[in-house]
Amino acid sequence: MRTGISGLELIEPGSVRQALQLLRDEPDLTPLAGCTDLYVLLNFGTLAQKRFVNLWGLPELRGISVVDDMLRIGALTTFADIMASTDVQQRLPMLVAAAREVGGVQIQNRGTLGGNVANGSPAGDSLPVLAAADAVVVLRSVDGERRVAFSAFYTGYRQSVMRPDEIISAFEVPALEGTQWFRKVGTRAAQAISKIVMAGVRAPAPRVAIGSVAPTVMRLPRTELILANGSIDDAARMLEEEIRPIDDIRSTAEYRRRVSSNLLRRFWTDTSG
Amino acid sequence: MRFKVNGSDVEIDAHPMRRLLDVLREDLLLTGTKEGCGEGECGACTVLIDGAAVCACIVPVAHAEGAEITTIEGLGGDHPLQRSFTMCGGAQCGICTPGMIMAALPLGSKPSIDEIRTGLAGNLCRCTGYEAIYRAIQEA
Amino acid sequence: MSTQSPSVAANGGVVGSSTPRVDGMAKAAGTARYVDDITFPDMIYGRTIRSTIARGRIRNIQFDFGPDDGFVVVDYRDIPGINVVTLIEDDQPYLVEREVRHMAEPILLLAHADRERLLAAQVTIDYEVDEAVLDASLSTDVMDTVHIERGDIDAGFAEADVIVEGEYTTGHQEQLYIEPNGMIAMCADNGITVIGSLQCPFYMDRALRAVLGLSRDKVRVIQAETGGGFGGKEEYPSMIGGHAALLAWKCRKPVKLIYDRVEDMLATTKRHPFRIRHRTGVKRDGRITAIDIDILVDGGAYVTLTPVVLSRGAIHAAGPYRCDNVRVSGRAVMTNTPPNGAFRGFGAPQTLFAAEVHMERIAETLGMDSVTLREVNLLLPGDATITGGTLGADASAAEVLAEALKRTDFRTRRDAMKGTNRGIGLALFFHGSGFTGAGETKLASRAALELTAGGVRILSGTVEIGQGMRTVHSQIVADVLGIPMDDVEYAEADTLHVPDSGPTVASRTSMVVGGILERCARELLEKLGGLSPQEYFARNGALTVSKHYEAPPHLDFDEKTYRGHAYGTYAWACDVAEVEYDPDTYTVRTVNLTAVQEIGRALHPVLAAGQIEGGTAQGVGYALLENVVMRDGAMANASLTNYIIPTTLDTPRIDTVILENPYAYGPFGAKGIGELPIDGPAPAIVNAIRHLGIDIRALPATPERIMEAACASK
Repeated sequence: MRTGISGLELIEPGSVRQALQLLRDEPDLTPLAGCTDLYVLLNFGTLAQKRFVNLWGLPELRGISVVDDMLRIGALTTFADIMASTDVQQRLPMLVAAAREVGGVQIQNRGTLGGNVANGSPAGDSLPVLAAADAVVVLRSVDGERRVAFSAFYTGYRQSVMRPDEIISAFEVPALEGTQWFRKVGTRAAQAISKIVMAGVRAPAPRVAIGSVAPTVMRLPRTELILANGSIDDAARMLEEEIRPIDDIRSTAEYRRRVSSNLLRRFWTDTSG
Repeated sequence: MRFKVNGSDVEIDAHPMRRLLDVLREDLLLTGTKEGCGEGECGACTVLIDGAAVCACIVPVAHAEGAEITTIEGLGGDHPLQRSFTMCGGAQCGICTPGMIMAALPLGSKPSIDEIRTGLAGNLCRCTGYEAIYRAIQEA
Repeated sequence: MSTQSPSVAANGGVVGSSTPRVDGMAKAAGTARYVDDITFPDMIYGRTIRSTIARGRIRNIQFDFGPDDGFVVVDYRDIPGINVVTLIEDDQPYLVEREVRHMAEPILLLAHADRERLLAAQVTIDYEVDEAVLDASLSTDVMDTVHIERGDIDAGFAEADVIVEGEYTTGHQEQLYIEPNGMIAMCADNGITVIGSLQCPFYMDRALRAVLGLSRDKVRVIQAETGGGFGGKEEYPSMIGGHAALLAWKCRKPVKLIYDRVEDMLATTKRHPFRIRHRTGVKRDGRITAIDIDILVDGGAYVTLTPVVLSRGAIHAAGPYRCDNVRVSGRAVMTNTPPNGAFRGFGAPQTLFAAEVHMERIAETLGMDSVTLREVNLLLPGDATITGGTLGADASAAEVLAEALKRTDFRTRRDAMKGTNRGIGLALFFHGSGFTGAGETKLASRAALELTAGGVRILSGTVEIGQGMRTVHSQIVADVLGIPMDDVEYAEADTLHVPDSGPTVASRTSMVVGGILERCARELLEKLGGLSPQEYFARNGALTVSKHYEAPPHLDFDEKTYRGHAYGTYAWACDVAEVEYDPDTYTVRTVNLTAVQEIGRALHPVLAAGQIEGGTAQGVGYALLENVVMRDGAMANASLTNYIIPTTLDTPRIDTVILENPYAYGPFGAKGIGELPIDGPAPAIVNAIRHLGIDIRALPATPERIMEAACASK
């Protein structure tokens, strides 16, 4: 553990309202939930933030429900909760598939959907699912709620439209037409960071979202258009142009490019008929 | 902070962001839970919080508030899993063993081989190649 | 030859049965005490300040704390003895004096009672940076060479119908014991005591005497329960133990020095990378007429154990095959990277990988079945190894191959898999038991048995590191004495109380040290004159029997000429790997691995299977997953997130078959077992990948490498 704990501060809000007030009034306060990313950074001594507000115990931010054919997932829903939910299994099975691949059981019991999104890593396993599902991010501050389309949420590498006084309170996923598909290519079979992570929906207007191939998770609008109207070969070629993979410690741009293209074809074959 | 550890009430005064792992090992002197990596990757620090397996090295003690924590010491030293790990070669150097046993507990009785492999995918062992661990869990 | 059955011991005793592990319950209960579980009153904490350049000189050092801030600071000037880590070459300092030779090289040591203050301390070091040598193939600084030659290599090539060449490379591998390195040192009576995670208490004993300038009676080393070693805690503990001792020596308080995982991966030893070039002459019918091998080893910045790794790698380099015309040449060179060191297999996994993949390519070139090629050339009893040692009846290459083929229905399934995404591959291999040549004689290991009121106590300086030593040694002693296991105790590994039985390495602990204990027990049995140990103790008091290692008569290796029997015996094995390939992601999944391993005698079937299964899993990681990414002379992926070892879902189901072909000079016929299992999986898996039509000649066979090879062959 390379961070001095005594230099950190954790504030316990009594309610979501109080947490939001603190976020508005206190300087440099970071929300803290499942800690599966945060404590890893603390361990390596690379976390700049020092002051935290504890959201973990706030029940308002948990819970999965279906209201008006809309799936609502609280930000503090863990990946274990997602896997166990019949609502999610029925309506968003690709999110269950993603949850299964997020680390081992220990991580699934603590990692939250809100944390995965707020952390904003381009390799986040749930991100392509939310992107392909056209989820809506419900942000909350003392001023109330605002809804942001997932496609408009990220503005750059680990940057989003979230203000410092806001938290993610929930995700809203409209009913999805078509067959859902998810694939994660990790560095090994379990407990792995993704090298490529892809979600797709086969419908008259197909959707493809992919992570770890650009500074943020991305939808592939040009590829989707060709999938709707053209050949899979043309679509695969377009995908290779749309994505922006890099070489990093885990893999190469070339690998990511080829494999993404292969996976698009696999998605198309798996979901035909 | 107030919580239960292995059935006993505990009240400690610790910085809320101290790792649960350190509070268990240093304040409560329960050294059965081990640190292998500090990054939630190896599972050697696995404990149960309200029956669910977590890595104590990435849990702030603040999140233990009001919860029931179970560590390896809570099994009493005569649990069927502890006996079968001893008999079947499930423990070699033993450093991963407490975490492995804690992660096996939520699998219940007679888990399938697939359930075992998936349930323990977050626990690394470098000594056994896992085969003897599967046998130990199936024999327990 | 027998296939061992785990349920019944042939002699009715405990040897050959899977008696409960004597230390199992403590481990399962969480009461076994590893070094970080131990504290002392007044104990303070240590930290190592390391270089951030690969090569250069120190110009200036600045601290952001003062003399009254409670810090203990140790640099090279504080060393009372000599600033050299005792090993082979005496070239490696404990602390840099001026010249830095690798990233993360230790420069000075700090200690403080407050861990956060210790962590927060800033030490700023100014360097003059020199250009680092990072490519072994370009290094001219040769640490050691090896040359094995037998027969007439030119005649051998002249005789050949076909010549096949190939180059094979293997990368670093991190031992990844789940418990990182750690030590606690404290002064006592003008002496030093060090407790820690280690494999060789007497290596550390010698090192501490040298660095502190102390006599034998002033140094005490105690092994704590050790959470895995695999060679990574063979020689490295002398460094960290010396550091803890230097801090304790200066401040006269107990000092705990534990590495976190990142530091451990960055700074400590790894398996040596090898480049192996084969040139083989072979006749159309498959007979090998000439073997010419060139080996290049990357030693890192200091010699450590490199000469011995090079030696063992060379001796195993031709694989378990017969050839009268052989030349193996090798050199180990210096690079400005953290020194490489011992890791299970010790050179053999590298060269056996090359040999077995090369065999596959020879078969392809000849248009021959690679199994038949092996059958034609494998070593049989009476054949000579490449050093000219004649194999005895305990040589089992043919048997392990035949069993593996039968067990996996190899030829049939290999044909059936053609054109599918499944591949099957095989590796035939062997591993010399114990130290090479006169190594064991030089060690002059000693072990002892002493009577107690409750039975006997084993005194051994080789230690339990998970392999089951306490249990196996107890079995041997119990059986010879005809007493129950419960009456046998195992003394704590404390250099004050146990003799130097040699290091816990080289697959020697059962065979060599167990053998010494067997002879101790036989002599004790005679002395007991029909009384039980308890009866004798009650009547006559204490009695100790101590014995030295005795070399078997045929161990006649000449280290200068590399001729003769390099080992008393070899263990033999054949691994078959079945893989499933995903052409979308270029990923190979090992579905099954059959490990047929002939080990002389399975003293404890469950523990023996444990060695085979564990070593096999490490071999699977070596083959497919474990990639040390080096950048500017340092490991760039030094965390468990980015250096990956196999999880349950990455490890194949392992089918273990133990064969027994007793070694006359091993206790109850036992050969060495610890390292053999890690030699086979990588070539078996790579050969399975070859079966898919993908040509891989480097480890690890990552998906990125497979993609390159798969796309190249299109």
